[in-house]
Amino acid sequence: MASYSTNEFKGGLKVMLDGDPCAIVENEFVKPGKGQAFNRVKLRNLITGRVWERTFKSGESLEGADVMDLDMEYLYSDGEMWHFMKTDGSFEQYAVEKKALGDTVKWLKEQVAYTVTLWNDNAISVTPPNFIELEVVETDPGLKGDTAQGGSKPATLSSGAVVRVPLFINQGEILKVDTRSGDYVSRA
Amino acid sequence: MVTIMQETDWRPTASLETLRERARLLADVRAFFAQREVLEVETPVLGHGGSTDLHLASLSAEATTPAGRERLWLQTSPEFAMKRLLAAGSGPIFQLAHCFRDGEVGRRHNLEFTMLEWYRPGLSLDGLIEETVELVCRVLGRELGDEAGPLRRHRYRELFREHLAIDPFTTPLAELRRLAGERGGLSMAGAPRDDCLDLLMSLAIEPHLGREGIEVVVDYPASQAALARRHRDPEDGEWVASRFELYLEGLELANGYDELTDAAEQAARFAEDNAARRAAGLPEVDIDARLLAALAQGMPEGSGVALGIDRLIQLSLGKSSVAEVMAFATPRC
Repeated sequence: MASYSTNEFKGGLKVMLDGDPCAIVENEFVKPGKGQAFNRVKLRNLITGRVWERTFKSGESLEGADVMDLDMEYLYSDGEMWHFMKTDGSFEQYAVEKKALGDTVKWLKEQVAYTVTLWNDNAISVTPPNFIELEVVETDPGLKGDTAQGGSKPATLSSGAVVRVPLFINQGEILKVDTRSGDYVSRA
Repeated sequence: MVTIMQETDWRPTASLETLRERARLLADVRAFFAQREVLEVETPVLGHGGSTDLHLASLSAEATTPAGRERLWLQTSPEFAMKRLLAAGSGPIFQLAHCFRDGEVGRRHNLEFTMLEWYRPGLSLDGLIEETVELVCRVLGRELGDEAGPLRRHRYRELFREHLAIDPFTTPLAELRRLAGERGGLSMAGAPRDDCLDLLMSLAIEPHLGREGIEVVVDYPASQAALARRHRDPEDGEWVASRFELYLEGLELANGYDELTDAAEQAARFAEDNAARRAAGLPEVDIDARLLAALAQGMPEGSGVALGIDRLIQLSLGKSSVAEVMAFATPRC
């Protein structure tokens, strides 16, 4: 891989830090008076998801990370691994570990495309689409005529996620949900 | 690295409204100096001497002159040429000068920027601090004692005691390296003393400065004197630099010196800088022989200050980066 100097660090660039692949979130050039210049850099560790704040002397460099984001359709789980297939027509499949799947496990639906992040050809994280349509499998009975009033109740979706929904929603309905916030958006 | 040109890349980085405001503020600056009978000058951007400062990267250009093909330096500040004017008897002078510092691009920096620099023969550093504060208030459109004031003044070492509970001059180097490394999340093993102090200043002190009005820092370490005189700290006789910096809202706006006028001392500092550059594996920079000749002939004692006018305009207009007050900021140049 190529290496990148601090002046090439920009949001989204993938680099190696302490043995882990990271994405640059923010890079700020700092220089006191006429002193030594530094770069204050925020990086997201792509394995743990944690954001690190590190300082580099300007001109230092980091090795690039062989990281790729690919669209893949969710197929099934065998209980141990979760299987995805590339959507480019190659039918190539990748098995994803629970650790890499993280919170996305509660947003899984067959035949939906997810963004799978590969590092050295291994899946390290899975990002769901921003909006997904899922069926309500369990919630308290809906209140008739209560469409205008506020108030909400929990509903369990077919993927396992629990979201707050308006009181008028019934079991069996398909809902549109924002996976970033976990918020109910509308009936689908 | 390949930069992909986007369709909007040709557009200015500042709005046209901002550029009109900028022009108005620059007219204010000129009026401020006209009232005080400080002469506006223009000196060359390209010169035979560059800045030897270890932490400034000078750009250079090849030019054909009557002397043949030679290397000329793009100024990092108009200091050398303006000092030659002072030695020639110009009296007080100011300049709005385009300056270049390689690699300096960020929210507060731009590769090419505008420096407001002025010199006051016969004026003390304290007198110049006062004038700088007045200029800053004028551009901000605020009165002293209003939002921008009252002025608070700190000695460099007091700030380190207050924010980090250490004395920057007497703390052992190993302890400074440990503290700087810890604050920055990096290894400072083998780092020189000034690098540790610079990092601590940037991370732990600067962000707090000027939050409730203008703050001025004085008495920098003697090793950071650049082109300023040195004097002894009355506290314990440590040598300190006769220099100030002015901060507002966490931004360093100005850097002023009680100017060094001794040609031999200046030559020694240039040589020291180039030795440090060699040791650090950096290219040496041609020394400005004409400046040394001017100092040898005699430059009047006095003080001078360089102020990042783009940053001041940024604060005055409530913008969040210098790019927003420049027509075409790097890399859209």
